[in-house]
Amino acid sequence: MARRLVGFHVLRGMGVTLKTFCETYPWGRAVLRVLRIPSTNGLVTIEYPEVKQQHSERFRYFPFLVYDGTPDDLRCVACKICEQECPPQCIHIVMEKDAQGRPVKVHGRTLPAQFDIDMSICMSCRICVDVCPFDAIEMDNAYELSASDRFEHMLFDKQRLLKSNEYFQQIKPTEASEVDQRLAAKQKKTAAPAQAQPASAAPSSPPAAPPGAGPAAPPTGRTPGPQPTGPPRAPQSPPPGA
Amino acid sequence: MLPAAEALKTELEQLLPGVSVTLEGTALAIAAKDLLAVSRCLKDTDRFAMDYLSNVTAVDYPTEQRIQMVYHLYSMSQRHGPLTLLVNVDRAQPELESVTPLWRSAEFQEREVYDLFGVRFQGHPDLRRILMWDGFEGHPMRRDYVVEDQDNAPEPVR
Amino acid sequence: MSPEIDTRPQVETQTLEVNLGPQHPSTHGVFRMVATLDGETVIRLKPVMGYMHRNHEKIAEGLTYIGCFPYTDRLDYFCAMTNNLALAVAIERLAGIQVSERGEYIRVIMAELTRLVNHTAVTGFLLNDMGAFGTPLLYAFREREKILDLFEAASGSRMMCNYVRPGGVREDLPAGWVERAWEIVRAYPKFLDEFETLLTKNDIILQRTQQVGKLPQPLAVSAGITGPMLRASGVNYDIRKVDGYSVYPRVQFKVPLGTVGDVYDRYLIRILEMRESLKILEQALQALPTTSPSISPKGAAMGKAPRTFRPPKGHAYGRIEAPKGELGFFLVSDGSPQPYRYRIRPPSFINLTVLEDMCLGQKVADVIVILGSIDIVLCEVDR
Repeated sequence: MARRLVGFHVLRGMGVTLKTFCETYPWGRAVLRVLRIPSTNGLVTIEYPEVKQQHSERFRYFPFLVYDGTPDDLRCVACKICEQECPPQCIHIVMEKDAQGRPVKVHGRTLPAQFDIDMSICMSCRICVDVCPFDAIEMDNAYELSASDRFEHMLFDKQRLLKSNEYFQQIKPTEASEVDQRLAAKQKKTAAPAQAQPASAAPSSPPAAPPGAGPAAPPTGRTPGPQPTGPPRAPQSPPPGA
Repeated sequence: MLPAAEALKTELEQLLPGVSVTLEGTALAIAAKDLLAVSRCLKDTDRFAMDYLSNVTAVDYPTEQRIQMVYHLYSMSQRHGPLTLLVNVDRAQPELESVTPLWRSAEFQEREVYDLFGVRFQGHPDLRRILMWDGFEGHPMRRDYVVEDQDNAPEPVR
Repeated sequence: MSPEIDTRPQVETQTLEVNLGPQHPSTHGVFRMVATLDGETVIRLKPVMGYMHRNHEKIAEGLTYIGCFPYTDRLDYFCAMTNNLALAVAIERLAGIQVSERGEYIRVIMAELTRLVNHTAVTGFLLNDMGAFGTPLLYAFREREKILDLFEAASGSRMMCNYVRPGGVREDLPAGWVERAWEIVRAYPKFLDEFETLLTKNDIILQRTQQVGKLPQPLAVSAGITGPMLRASGVNYDIRKVDGYSVYPRVQFKVPLGTVGDVYDRYLIRILEMRESLKILEQALQALPTTSPSISPKGAAMGKAPRTFRPPKGHAYGRIEAPKGELGFFLVSDGSPQPYRYRIRPPSFINLTVLEDMCLGQKVADVIVILGSIDIVLCEVDR
């Protein structure tokens, strides 16, 4: 019967919109409660500049560089793996070199003299984080970065990219603690072979090149082909504890 | 069920005298002149019933002076597939019969191949550029096409 | 006035060529239709595309296989997860990579959530095109947003997920994710019921969609139409069933089929598919293994060092049932870390082949509805 009645289902549909309308007001929800119609809080939007969206922990926007302690003590060794793997090619790294052209080493590590990311090109894919063997680059969740100049302001240099490990701990506690554990284990491993012959088998993932060593030779610019992302195969033979 | 590649090859050669099929893995490579005959046979023979042409594309091999057309065929009624057909065309004069009269799904895809690789399809109802604009020069998906470098474009004169 | 004598003056008519788009909200992006009209009736219609063309296939030839994944997110931005999945399936076929058990289930969960996202949104857009401005679309977006929050929790991004990898998924689900997914799966049927009360029997929608844009079965098969559009025309062809990839053979679900093949059938098929997706989700969430890792060791190593991954020479075609139809990736490897040829078979693009056939003889206002029912995303059409 109802099927033939023109407009019956239009009215039923309007009932749905009326209910949703009521759900967005406190008085409306009270009316629905009185009428015993199951309802929810229909307010699904937030007033953005005043109220900010709560993002999940993994929310990623643009990358940043992590340092431990002081900004001079950054984890990046300018190995250029991220520069090579970045799909839109938005990372530019220059290694710190002395007058003879040899890489400068601080605490046995090479350093980037220049580390730029063009944020107007970056597409937040997180591949740089995945490939970094030193956990030196991580994804930030700061997203209010609008600027009036697309070229000057969106080109982030090393100073703008550097953020402390504490900041990383604060924005992504789970991931940061995982990274810290991994780095601590690596440190132990590099400290241990100082006394004995390097005995441990190289872990398959993550590629654990000891942070002290860095890449043996400075990688030359944009040579195609594989970069030494893993540790050398040498210390595989003696089983641990043998 | 679709017969295995070797059986399919012998069966096709029996059905179509004068057609030679070579196997490349599980794909069937045929000569450009046989494309329409083989396609029609694959579509109309009940055993094959390749009524669904899923994918039409081309691969450019500039060192070997050829462009390889790749067709992926399935059968919706028999629910089997894929059958891959490979057809080599000359890179300098790329011309091939269109399969659009058999399968409408080739219509846009052949236009795309024409647009990006420059293969001309004989018998296509409406062979125009589809992704690039009319009047665009060159075929961007060819391996030797030089991408214009936007970053190093000359500074505009003020 | 007597009916025998037509006293109206004889009017000379001529056809009119109208450009619909490219800057028109109903074309779902920068898409242009050159329609030739006789009065209000369409007698010719030529789609013009390519405004968003960026030659993703060319870009990919200079990238590693892993480096292609973020670009696939930007193909059909509603369905980033299934785009990733299709490429992963193709790479796995090319290199013979095994997928971890848990990875398979997470992929299926993500793919079905994507189907919910896509079908909900496209139904909203279809209604928007019909003139129900805003209301159904915003209801749809309200629900879609909840699923996008899930995607963000798992992958870090709402839409550009870049989550699926060969061998599984990039990282495991965070703590509490499965519970949140269950909440959505349990609440979704209620939303669908409400949505259907609003729409399914609405007289205006029936008038606008029934017998409009009919697609006959033989044409649909010959034109390579896939996805809900094909099934609305009554062809039982769902790649989840036919190829039986991933863990789909292990879950129970039905394939809804239409009888008429008009816009209304396409709408109904999408609603019914969402209900089937919910069934798949329930089973997959139930069966999600906890012991196996989310990514196989080979896939994990590949993600860490993309340049060391060199698939053997050869070619592979991997396809999945994406929400819009068959999404396939054809890869040719020459043994280097970069694909020699990387081809996308986009469902939106090929489904557009029959746009003219469906629109001929219809009124110009119906063209918009028919286009809406095809469900295209221009970033995927143009690539």
